[in-house]
Amino acid sequence: MGSISVLLVGKVLPYLEQELDKRYNLFRGIDPSQRAAVLRDHASSIRAVVASSSGGPDAALIEALPKLEIVSSFSVGVDRIDLQKCKEKGVRVTNTPDVLTDEVADLTIGLILAVLRRICECDRYVRSGNWKKGDYKLTTKFSGKTLGILGLGRIGAAVAKRAEGFDCSICYYSRNEKPDSKYKYYPSVVELASNCDVLVVACPLTPETHHIINREVINALGPKGVLINIGRGKHVDEPELVSALLEGRLGGAGLDVFEKEPHVPEELFGLENVVLLPHVGSATVETRTAMADLVLDNLEAHFLGKPLLTPLV
Amino acid sequence: MDSELPALLVLGPPMVFKLFQSHYSHKYRFLNAFSSHLPLPEFLQTQQTHPSSVRAILCNPRQPVTADVIRSLPSLGIVATTTVGADHIDTAECRRRGIQVVTLGSQFAPDVADMAVALLIDVMFKISAGDRFAKKSIHFKPWSFPSGSKLGGKRVGIIGLGRIGGEVAKRLEAFDCIIMYHSRNKNPSVSYTFYSNVVDLASNSDVLILCCPLTEQTKYIVNKEVMLALGKDGIIVNVGRGALIDEKELVQCLMEGEIRGAGLDVFENEPNVPEELFALDNVVLSPHAAAYTLDCFMDACEHVAKSLDAFFSSKSLIISPIT
Repeated sequence: MGSISVLLVGKVLPYLEQELDKRYNLFRGIDPSQRAAVLRDHASSIRAVVASSSGGPDAALIEALPKLEIVSSFSVGVDRIDLQKCKEKGVRVTNTPDVLTDEVADLTIGLILAVLRRICECDRYVRSGNWKKGDYKLTTKFSGKTLGILGLGRIGAAVAKRAEGFDCSICYYSRNEKPDSKYKYYPSVVELASNCDVLVVACPLTPETHHIINREVINALGPKGVLINIGRGKHVDEPELVSALLEGRLGGAGLDVFEKEPHVPEELFGLENVVLLPHVGSATVETRTAMADLVLDNLEAHFLGKPLLTPLV
Repeated sequence: MDSELPALLVLGPPMVFKLFQSHYSHKYRFLNAFSSHLPLPEFLQTQQTHPSSVRAILCNPRQPVTADVIRSLPSLGIVATTTVGADHIDTAECRRRGIQVVTLGSQFAPDVADMAVALLIDVMFKISAGDRFAKKSIHFKPWSFPSGSKLGGKRVGIIGLGRIGGEVAKRLEAFDCIIMYHSRNKNPSVSYTFYSNVVDLASNSDVLILCCPLTEQTKYIVNKEVMLALGKDGIIVNVGRGALIDEKELVQCLMEGEIRGAGLDVFENEPNVPEELFALDNVVLSPHAAAYTLDCFMDACEHVAKSLDAFFSSKSLIISPIT
């Protein structure tokens, strides 16, 4: 297999890059000029592309690789990959579902608690010596609150299961109502936002869900409402979010993803009702290793003519 | 009008007092003894109040309700404290006098349990450290942090499976944690594995969560031996009392990597916190705020108000003759 050419177009765990290097003829094309050079000399030999949340093959790249057979993504979200083009060309696509579900759900609850109970602010308060001057103020209880989940897929359902342990009420919005679900369904995101205390974005990023969290939704969530984004930055109209937080029209936010990662809106830095994370969901070594193994196993299965483990296309 | 309101002598004051006063100023005439350095009889004089007209006390551990206090108030019928414990009240004297003692029940157990889980997830996933990192610069670099891990499958050892411990267990079960516990006595109604020995519990746990009261028996229940038994991947969360842990040893273990991390809401000498902890990314520190939510404070106020209401109205029932 050392002779099979593979193109890497997104940032991945070093372990994965090392393994790809060992097993295949690996070309690195994350940087645009790097990629252009690789395409110039090797476009006609590349049989596989490895993508991630930071980069994936668009239509142009897929067209430029006539021997492309498979795209294996080191992520569960495949918004960086032109799935339609892959379908047209008969290119297989795999992602990394399930292995990161629990971890992302754990982090989501942690983010909600961090915002409502001001955990990061409390930590700052103690470290700065301010506790000697007086107690920190009262914060907001999480238990018993109403959680609204946007996208009741694997991650959404895992978040809901954990929140039930806190006696939360769960409601959701999905493209289609799920008849087997015990949770309350709202047919629009605005209605969901109006009827919950904490709104969690847990759906895939598609053209339909781009900026699904807009001004109307944010206003519906309101001055006591909290937005938690563990999906993709582009789910949220970020400038609208920032102004809502600065003006107090939104009660708080916990964000693991941003529209223009790794750029983070500076206006949010000083806000005590905002918790920002540098895209750590799925970032534990455990989970990232499992994701890497899934990428490797999918590629191996493909080239051995065996069934793919986690195909999307 | 004012003199018709029942007098409520306030000692402490309780943390919730500001909130209580703002909600119930129409119901009681507050005698704020906590703000005076005078002995009680003199203080009451300044309030134009005869000791015999004081039938109710609202207090907290900051200002003990001693036998002397009780004896100086011949009509005292109820003492309400905004805590679960009543160590600061001479309950023997109250019993002798037939004085009702009202404490808080499990109103704040969910809030404290929420804090325990919050601290645990924060330490596991480095949320506070991540927030600090993300807010340093408008472009975050790839953040390389040592291995974190998900909660699922982790063995959580709860020290003290009372109301709070039970709420913590319930929450962590939803994360697929394996719950074990140490308590004074085994609880036959739970299926969690019981350990009569804390060192054994620690040896078999990935996480230790302290939810028990501080007594002579539980002081330093987490000592160096327990921490070493917990091991280098172990995490400690304390929402009980600071002195449940040998703090000096804890700081050493954290600095030397003998345990992986700690989430601490309480300390031995609050509000003083060992400054060595401030430089560490594997600890999350909280200013004894586990029960400090508006909901919790309101619940506590309502509980006290209900008890006082029942007391004052039952007294008036007794006074009015029933024909």
